[in-house]
Amino acid sequence: MSTAPDTGTDAATRADVCAAAIADAFKDDGEIFASPMGMLPMLGVRLARLTSNPDLVISDGESLFLAGTPPLFAQADVVEGWIPFRKVFDVVAYGKRHVMMGATQVDRHGNQNISAIGDFARPKRQLLGSRGAPGNTVNNRTSYWVPKHSPRVFVERVDVVSGVGPALARQAGPAASRFHDIHRIVSNLAVFDVRGDGDTLRLLSVHPGVTVDEVREATGFELAAGDDVPETRLPTTEELVLIREVLDPRALRHREVPVP
Amino acid sequence: MSKAPRDKRMTIDEVVAELRDGMTIGIGGWGPRRKPMALVRAILRSDLRDLTIVSWGGADVGLLLRAGKVRKLVYAFVSLDSVPLEPNFQRARQSGSIPEVVELDEGMFQTGLRAAAQRLPFLPMRAGLGSDVLVNNPGIRTVTSPYDDAEELVAVPALPLDAALVHLNRADRHGNATYLGPDPYFDDLFCMAADRAYVSVEQVVDTAGLTVDTPVQRLLLSRMMVSGVVETPHGAHFTTCTPDYERDERFQKAYAAAAGGSDDDWAAFEERFLSGDEAAYQAAVRAFTEEQA
Repeated sequence: MSTAPDTGTDAATRADVCAAAIADAFKDDGEIFASPMGMLPMLGVRLARLTSNPDLVISDGESLFLAGTPPLFAQADVVEGWIPFRKVFDVVAYGKRHVMMGATQVDRHGNQNISAIGDFARPKRQLLGSRGAPGNTVNNRTSYWVPKHSPRVFVERVDVVSGVGPALARQAGPAASRFHDIHRIVSNLAVFDVRGDGDTLRLLSVHPGVTVDEVREATGFELAAGDDVPETRLPTTEELVLIREVLDPRALRHREVPVP
Repeated sequence: MSKAPRDKRMTIDEVVAELRDGMTIGIGGWGPRRKPMALVRAILRSDLRDLTIVSWGGADVGLLLRAGKVRKLVYAFVSLDSVPLEPNFQRARQSGSIPEVVELDEGMFQTGLRAAAQRLPFLPMRAGLGSDVLVNNPGIRTVTSPYDDAEELVAVPALPLDAALVHLNRADRHGNATYLGPDPYFDDLFCMAADRAYVSVEQVVDTAGLTVDTPVQRLLLSRMMVSGVVETPHGAHFTTCTPDYERDERFQKAYAAAAGGSDDDWAAFEERFLSGDEAAYQAAVRAFTEEQA
């Protein structure tokens, strides 16, 4: 973790790049409930709301819709609505929601696992449980954030399917595929969607300073990628100022994505 | 002659005496939030066994598993939030000590309670389709819409409960109860899905007192849903009971360390905090708090 204060003038850190990439995942969503799980997704969503998509509806992660866009973990701003857990389920079914969840495993087919590692009947490692992933993925737009890209996370096949990828959704029939929309997978190395051949992960961009080969090496399945994979864009100066001085002045983001 | 609705006040132990081996018990709250922990602790002290526990789980589930009370667990997650993975739950799952588990999507869980509350066999929903929730629970069926769309949806089975245990901020002696924090969670649904519902509260007040400083919309439970009322100050400890108190993070940390530590670590935690009655527990917590200050 960086101990130096942010000055706003140095080059963007990897965490800054990730925040902007996450913000881009929400920029075309219009007026929907942006539901980030975890620190970088929260930062990215709030960045989007201050730049590309001011219509986003955001919450304090508990039960309040926030009218303003407060810094990470700040006390409630002006409140514009009430979103207790029971109403979250209503909005999931209503569909005006984009959730960015974590993923202990994500596979070639865009399935996600937060339930258990190993055999479900007797797991090697019990995780959270599937939480809302099964319902999210067949109801509203869903993205994933992976802070530490590795072959243990990006696997050929997840041990338990919590979040449903496009191939499984299609197999399950129109009721599952009708609103199915896995949008982006953002990691500390790269950005993906699931529009590769046969509904597989497709490399959209690599973060500045990362090579396609490095992403391949950190991925546990054969990754489809051309030779002309673009770089993830750098945050603008405006975005850097917002990240460093408004949303995350304590540089908490570098705990999740450290400065090398 | 004045006739009033029944006085349903009970003690913690009287509630537990109404429970039986093998019952299906729903526990209200959400993860580490507003859990009826005093009632859970009373179950730990009892001889009850072979319970089916239905819970959006936190330490309630972890404690009951560690005490060997659970034959079947119905959950969507078990988490302490600031400690994401519940160590007693992990331990039980990884050692294969829970005879039967039903992992649902967290919205399916609500739908199952709602079906039970409405006395329906199931309610349709998209959640679960394509996921391993249906693979790992082959008993959960799908149903085809009888209308032109002919969509095949999950027929989420009802989750009927023999008993529900919930903790709110205030109740009157008849069982009308209010939550004062930010979220009702699903405590009304738990009560309506259950044959008998027991509500523990921080404070029992006169009926008129329930709405003195609190909007009427906060009256989540009507007495017709409630069989028993127990006054248990700090009864949700160490989970949140906003605004009466927040989560006791230090205590939760100590719990998680003991649960994830050696057998001796757990034995020491049990001996210190769980070997006596609720009053002894609260006294031990006060001593712990002073020690930590």
